[in-house]
Amino acid sequence: MQSSTTNYLPILLIFLAATALASVLILLPRLLARSRPTETKLQPYECGVEPVGSARERQSVKFYLVAMIFLLFDIEAVFLIPWAVAFPHVLKDPAYSPLKYVFYGEMMVFMVVLLVGLLYIYRKGIIEWNR
Amino acid sequence: MTDLLLEWTIKIAVILGALLTAVAYAVLLERRIMAFIQLRRGPNRVGPFGLLQPAADGLKLIFKEDIIPSQASKLLYVIAPTFLLIPSLMIFIVIPFGSEIVLFGRKIALQVTHFDVGLLYVLALGSVSVYGIALAGWSSNNKYSLMGGLRASAQMISYELALGLSVIGILIQSGSLDLVEIVRSQGGWNGLQWNVFVSQPLGFLIFFIAALAEANRTPFDLPEADSELVAGYHTEYSSMKFVMFQMGEYCNLIAAAAISTTLFWGGWMGPGVEAYPALSLVYFTAKVFVFVFVFIWIRFTLPRFRYDQLMRFGWRVLLPLAILNIIITATVKLLVS
Repeated sequence: MQSSTTNYLPILLIFLAATALASVLILLPRLLARSRPTETKLQPYECGVEPVGSARERQSVKFYLVAMIFLLFDIEAVFLIPWAVAFPHVLKDPAYSPLKYVFYGEMMVFMVVLLVGLLYIYRKGIIEWNR
Repeated sequence: MTDLLLEWTIKIAVILGALLTAVAYAVLLERRIMAFIQLRRGPNRVGPFGLLQPAADGLKLIFKEDIIPSQASKLLYVIAPTFLLIPSLMIFIVIPFGSEIVLFGRKIALQVTHFDVGLLYVLALGSVSVYGIALAGWSSNNKYSLMGGLRASAQMISYELALGLSVIGILIQSGSLDLVEIVRSQGGWNGLQWNVFVSQPLGFLIFFIAALAEANRTPFDLPEADSELVAGYHTEYSSMKFVMFQMGEYCNLIAAAAISTTLFWGGWMGPGVEAYPALSLVYFTAKVFVFVFVFIWIRFTLPRFRYDQLMRFGWRVLLPLAILNIIITATVKLLVS
């Protein structure tokens, strides 16, 4: 069952429908609800006391490091997906029969390299939040 | 073409209607089950068995004052909830709810559309919701929101890795990213060909845990840990913007249940679907319902992780297990061929 390009059109349709729904939900209280803002009501919530300073403070660098190593491993997943989809087809096709071990082995080497990278991340303590 | 356009429009309208109803009642279901687990009665006053409670809550929230804090970044604050809601609704157009049924003399497939990169589309939309949560946390200019938003982003991207890698075993089995093909590859009435039994029990376990974390459900609900962060990233939100967060979250929950069903539990497959195609819809709904129930059950059974435990579990246990699962699946597939 091959899918054609027109099959992608419903993405646009549902995007428009969902956006319309979201806009209605944002606008509805503007029309229906009473708005009586006071200075205290519009302050950031801090358990009822006057807010101290700004929330735009410096945060732990670990959040940034996690984002960085996420990018690395997400690219790994991007490489793995086309390989995984092609894998059963390569195994089934007799034309590839001598090459299928190469096809398998190359990805295993790639994953071992990434596992070594993961070990390095453990050793560096990037994911140890209590240190 | 007009015919096709009309069919899509009707299907999308039906799906959105059904989904929004399901979301409203998932909230009620959660509150009722919570009450029964805690030996209370829960909301049972509005309508028979409290069945009109979602409508009453919705009406109340529409008339609530819409507060935008004076120090917030106004534009980002307003659009942040849409980043959570819109993608979570968009996921549902590729999910096969059943096989083909005959209605008014024409064959109708029980999904809006299917294309070659269906699963990739689901994963891509699933990661957009991180933006909504991070933006909401940052733009509120509230310390609790910011902490919640940061925690949520770090947690979701960590578990997204395990989620993305756990489905690769499925791809090795089916050789396609198209969800319709993935369901068809698990054919057979008795369920013995379902991926969870054939080769992916470990993959399913990883997927299930990672999906819990992606949907910010207990035991991974650190981003909105009520006892320490008030309400996390949506502390400052009120009225319909709060509803949008709530809807987005429950949509993600139902999406996680539907994707688990499709990938691992044979989708709409079950006894008798060849003879009575309409049964497939019943099987699919029943399986999704069981998953939603389990998600709710877990929420009131398990305590919350500590943050360092959460990160260590994601990176030290789930991620290596997901890689191991790929290696095992590929090796077995190579040896069997």
